[in-house]
Amino acid sequence: MATTTQPKDIEAMVIDSLATFGADPDVLSRDATLEEVDVDSLDLVELTQVVEEAYEIDLDNADFKQIKTVGDIVDLVVERVQG
Amino acid sequence: MTLRDVVITGVGAVSPLGIGARTLHERWTGGACGIHDGEAPCAEFAPTDHMSAKQARRADRSTQLAITAGDEALADAGWADELPYDPELIGCVLGTGIGGIGTLEDNHDLLRDTGAESVSPLAVPLMMSNAGSAALSLRHGLRGPVFSVVSACAAGSHAIGTALRMIQHGEAEAIVTGAAEAPLTPLSRAAFGSMGALSPTGVSRPFDDRRDGFVMGEGAGVLVLEAGDSARARGARILGTVRGYGSTGDAHHITAPHASGRGGARAMQIALRDAGLVPTDVDYINAHGTSTQLNDRAETSAVKTVLGDRAGTVPISSTKSAIGHLLGAAGAVEAIATTLALRDRIAPPTIGWEQAEEGMDLDYVPDTARPLRLANGRPPVALSNSFGFGGHNATLCLEAA
Repeated sequence: MATTTQPKDIEAMVIDSLATFGADPDVLSRDATLEEVDVDSLDLVELTQVVEEAYEIDLDNADFKQIKTVGDIVDLVVERVQG
Repeated sequence: MTLRDVVITGVGAVSPLGIGARTLHERWTGGACGIHDGEAPCAEFAPTDHMSAKQARRADRSTQLAITAGDEALADAGWADELPYDPELIGCVLGTGIGGIGTLEDNHDLLRDTGAESVSPLAVPLMMSNAGSAALSLRHGLRGPVFSVVSACAAGSHAIGTALRMIQHGEAEAIVTGAAEAPLTPLSRAAFGSMGALSPTGVSRPFDDRRDGFVMGEGAGVLVLEAGDSARARGARILGTVRGYGSTGDAHHITAPHASGRGGARAMQIALRDAGLVPTDVDYINAHGTSTQLNDRAETSAVKTVLGDRAGTVPISSTKSAIGHLLGAAGAVEAIATTLALRDRIAPPTIGWEQAEEGMDLDYVPDTARPLRLANGRPPVALSNSFGFGGHNATLCLEAA
């Protein structure tokens, strides 16, 4: 797994991961809501596992409380990686 | 209290003989065998042919098999577009022997090799033994009683028997029932091999003198059971009736049956009494017939106990000669095979049976299916046996429509 910390690479990784979990690649974009791409709490836990491993960051359930869109997830990961 | 009668309105199966309940029936009665290189996988089954990638990812292989058999059964019952009853009155009761063992093994590998943080958050919902019932309930919106039944190789028959009771007693109008198993995994092979249960020659030859163990297979069978009056009122096509059910415990040995097959004999006797029938009403027996030394001999004794002088004249055959032993799924897949055989008034064959063992002299229907001999034109009746490690015995009494 590529571990460059450029925002565009993080975005690509998040989108690729969600596609792997079964989200529709045609609908996946920054602006798509989690409902639109059928991403639920179990997907977010799986995604957490992937990004924690790739970027050596820590996320917990509370971090996802305000998440509405795919872009929100990307921004959260970028913030943690750069923070 | 008058018990409601319970009818079978839909069946679905994924088996080593292919996709579909009719495929299972037609290939088995045609003499085909789904065993290759000592195992019986569902080689024609590709999960994403039958469900989305997301659904497939959220299911152990055993549950993928259950979902596919369930879709077929509901469509067969005419339920594809709409449930015919209040969803709160439709339940789901599936059986399994060991649940999501493939998922368990994969995650144990991750735990050992890369640590606890690598274990999948999906591990629990995939490996839990009730995953199949949960998946079918979710997929079809079934909100009545939903749970799973675990009794090793008797689980499928226990699930169907449990569903029968729930409808008889008015707890549900209909139950989607059956069983699934996907045990072709490294640990499962090693564990059954270690106890000496598997055939070293890789041949499933139930009741034959040369039998040397069972051949492990995978698959799922799902049946839609409905209260007979409700099914008739909606004009459902009825495939057969679940007339009776008997369930007993051996309290003899953790894996071996009692030599006389007394626990199995009692299960058959109770199922017949439950059906309001007598031994002379039995036209066919679908044996547990695992191809192990002990089971097949004990089951033969049990049949003699139940049928007496008539034992040698009633055809008895083992589906496991064609598909191997599907463990917890066996009873469900075999109940489906029995239902379709009764519908066509035939006894399917015990494939490969050639050599009799002394004292094992029942009519095992060697190699070729044959018409059932029926008196009075009444619908034929069969017993379907399942016996599990732990001394769990379950017999279903099935009748053609």
